[in-house]
Amino acid sequence: MIKVKINGQEQSWDGDPDLPLLWFLRDEAGLTGTKFGCGQALCGSCTVIVDKEAVRSCITSINDVAGREVTTIEGLHPNGDHPVQKAWRQVNVPQCGFCQAGQIMQAAALLMENPKPSHDQIREAMSGNICRCGCYQRIENAVHLASTGV
Amino acid sequence: MNFIDNPGKLRDFQKRGFEKHIKVEKVSRRSILKGLGVTGGFVLAAPVMTRQAFAYETGAGKMPHGVVVDPRVFVSVAPDGVVTIVGHRSEMGTGVRTSLPLIVAEEMEADWSRVKVQQAHGDEVKFGNQDTDGSRSTRHYLLPMRQIGASARTMLEQAAAKRWGVPATEVKAVNHEVVHSASDRKLGFGELAADAAKESVPAIEGLKLKDAKDFRYLTKGQIGIVDLHDITTGKARYGADVRLPGMKYAVIARPPVTGGKLVSFDPDAALKVPGVEKVMKVQGWPWPSKFQPLGGVAVIARNTGAAIKGRNALKLVWDDGANAKYDSVAFRKELEEASRKPGLVVRREGDADAALKGADKVIVGEYYIPHLAHVSMEPPVAVADVKGDKAEIWAPVQSPGGTRDDVAKTLGIPEGNVTVNVTLLGGGFGRKSKCDYALEAALLSKELGAPVKVQWTREDDIQNGFLHTVSAERIEAGLDKSGKVIAWRHRSVAPSIASTFAAGTVHQAPFEIGMGLADMPFEIANISCENPEAAAHTRIGWFRSVSNIPRAFAVQSMVGEIAQATGRDQKDMLLELIGSPRIVEPNVKDLWNYGEPQDSYPIDTARLRKVVELVAEKGEWGRKVPKGHGLGIAVHRSFVSYIATIVEVAVDDKGKLTVPRVDTAIDCGTYVNPERIASQIEGAAIMGLSLAKYGEISFRDGKVQQKNFDDFQVVRIDESPVVTNVYIVPPASDTPPSGVGEPGVPPFAPALMNAIFAATGKRIRSLPIGKQLEA
Repeated sequence: MIKVKINGQEQSWDGDPDLPLLWFLRDEAGLTGTKFGCGQALCGSCTVIVDKEAVRSCITSINDVAGREVTTIEGLHPNGDHPVQKAWRQVNVPQCGFCQAGQIMQAAALLMENPKPSHDQIREAMSGNICRCGCYQRIENAVHLASTGV
Repeated sequence: MNFIDNPGKLRDFQKRGFEKHIKVEKVSRRSILKGLGVTGGFVLAAPVMTRQAFAYETGAGKMPHGVVVDPRVFVSVAPDGVVTIVGHRSEMGTGVRTSLPLIVAEEMEADWSRVKVQQAHGDEVKFGNQDTDGSRSTRHYLLPMRQIGASARTMLEQAAAKRWGVPATEVKAVNHEVVHSASDRKLGFGELAADAAKESVPAIEGLKLKDAKDFRYLTKGQIGIVDLHDITTGKARYGADVRLPGMKYAVIARPPVTGGKLVSFDPDAALKVPGVEKVMKVQGWPWPSKFQPLGGVAVIARNTGAAIKGRNALKLVWDDGANAKYDSVAFRKELEEASRKPGLVVRREGDADAALKGADKVIVGEYYIPHLAHVSMEPPVAVADVKGDKAEIWAPVQSPGGTRDDVAKTLGIPEGNVTVNVTLLGGGFGRKSKCDYALEAALLSKELGAPVKVQWTREDDIQNGFLHTVSAERIEAGLDKSGKVIAWRHRSVAPSIASTFAAGTVHQAPFEIGMGLADMPFEIANISCENPEAAAHTRIGWFRSVSNIPRAFAVQSMVGEIAQATGRDQKDMLLELIGSPRIVEPNVKDLWNYGEPQDSYPIDTARLRKVVELVAEKGEWGRKVPKGHGLGIAVHRSFVSYIATIVEVAVDDKGKLTVPRVDTAIDCGTYVNPERIASQIEGAAIMGLSLAKYGEISFRDGKVQQKNFDDFQVVRIDESPVVTNVYIVPPASDTPPSGVGEPGVPPFAPALMNAIFAATGKRIRSLPIGKQLEA
């Protein structure tokens, strides 16, 4: 039995220990905010925070996070008012919105590590997250805004 | 992006009938209440509008099921004052789910903070056409939505006037209330809903639409999209997020070659994967068969991860069929050879052959644009629950009505027994106009007797999609001694989207010929536009801006080449070719004009010139740029909008390309939400850069060679333009609205190529750029 804390709640799994965390979150735990985009850690749509680090849940097995703390978009802030979320709304970042949970989690992890990233650092840190709609200019601006106070 | 010039293929026009485009359907109030899910509320009851009084004509009425202008269908007011407005188009990132209801709220004087948007299910008899493609939603629905809002407002005013016993002319709806200023009385919309429902609906001809100066929301761009909070908190529901009790998860192994068939399969290893419950065949249709599933083998599991792992363990034997030899290298040669010989003439003015022979100088450009995949961030996905002769679908579809038709036909049940719930779309770009994934889910659910979610992986999306066509474009421009262009021959060779509907298709369909080939706007005396034959060897489909991508690439690159050959400034050359301000009427019988009447939407070179001049001014054309940088410009009319783009590129000594700045000017006529227009244009620059730098799907032995985002790359944030500026041309008061979602894409790649030439002296004619700058 694998135990993992997700958004502060203890969850357990006694199925395939190799099951990617993504599918445990979405299909078993019903936390559908985390998205499937590529399955190969190439697009970042599935980004969650494990302890304090952004990880791609599509290539992270449930076994890999046993005993650790996973935060998904649903658990980032109780009212959805994390500075990154607020900045995202202020800048009207999303178009279709599908990649945005992953983008937001990546940005939140970046700001934990580097509270005042430069524009180049933002572009570098966010480069693993694809947005096919092309919201990049606004993503960059929103991360900058979140880092300077919303 | 619709097939309406090719009736009988995409949708059954015979059955639907052109005349039926204006709805006179009787809809019972009960069914509306049910449809809107309002409990204890009142729906504004009104006779259905039988006519529309357009200030301008659009092609809306010619779309399947036309337009429904009926406040009962789109608006309800609850006793607590909450106004529910139906959004009947699919949201894939354009903001349409906000923009159309916002138009109704504006005219109705509803307070947007007390408006709820309800997504319509697929029902074109009730809601009118729902095909969310072709950059048509605002274009076709600005006026109908205003009329719906104005009808509702008038009925609320009439109800208040009766209540107070005063003439209706003395009352006025203002911000969710009706006021009688003479007696200082007010009634909220909620208090008036029941009475308003009894009012007769004013004739459309008599409706008073708001004066633009009184707009609170339209043209302001200050309202965020309705899903903004849900998107940023993970609550927004896309197709993949639908969960039903007892639902099974499926992934499907499909034939790797278009038209291939399953010979045999061994499910044993797959069945041993923990969580896998069943392996089953999926019915396939012979190619081409419109949007019918390819068939294959489905792995059914308790979660998607197990289903994918199970599929990886399947042993499969395929018969690759007639397209087993499809090879992109060989096919390119075939297309290019065809482009060097005369083809079907689709436009002829003057005598291009003679003029080219007599020209002082002939400039020849051969351009190649490969297949592209849509790769919306949400791969295709659908949930189906089929019980007996009833089916319910939850899916991200651009064509809810078409999906309903196709599910009914595929299952052999009446259309009325199919409910299509439209979720948010995690991107569409034309891919989700084809509902094959919903049909797969329906077939599996029927067989399993349980709800099923079919999830496409990224590999499925890239390898089994409906690709953007592959194209060879050849242009010959003949110049006289003074350097004036006197002859223009453009041959465009590409498999047609029509090949997905009918075997043996070798020519472009009229709607493709009208996308940047035969509608070419330059003032040249001798013109020949030709379409040599090309057969398809895979499924070809609409991709954001469709044939405009290769055509604008060729035409606007050629403008740069002529400027280059004659030592002219690119922008001056472009304006000279566009010529005098005039209405262009190409010598083409029934020229496709995006389904729009020529009277409302002519090819207007004054507007084309205007966007060039505006972007040149705002984008500081001719400014000094550092060494290794270059500026390029391109303009293109598509989806009846006019767009010009300037790209500044920087190429370092290793051939690495960056884009410091993009400037784009758009004239899309009367518009609703400038903030969303800007977001579409910003995104179009990224998509344009993606296809220019990396975009290539190639085939060998009939199979797509790319699999995922590592070998089919798209632009990431660290290589995106540093800044994209968007300028919107303020419309003249009577300019009809035109497209926004697609037209930003076509001019980007040629502007970039012109910029690369300015920076490096290298002319790139073959996409993608790939490593061409590294040499």
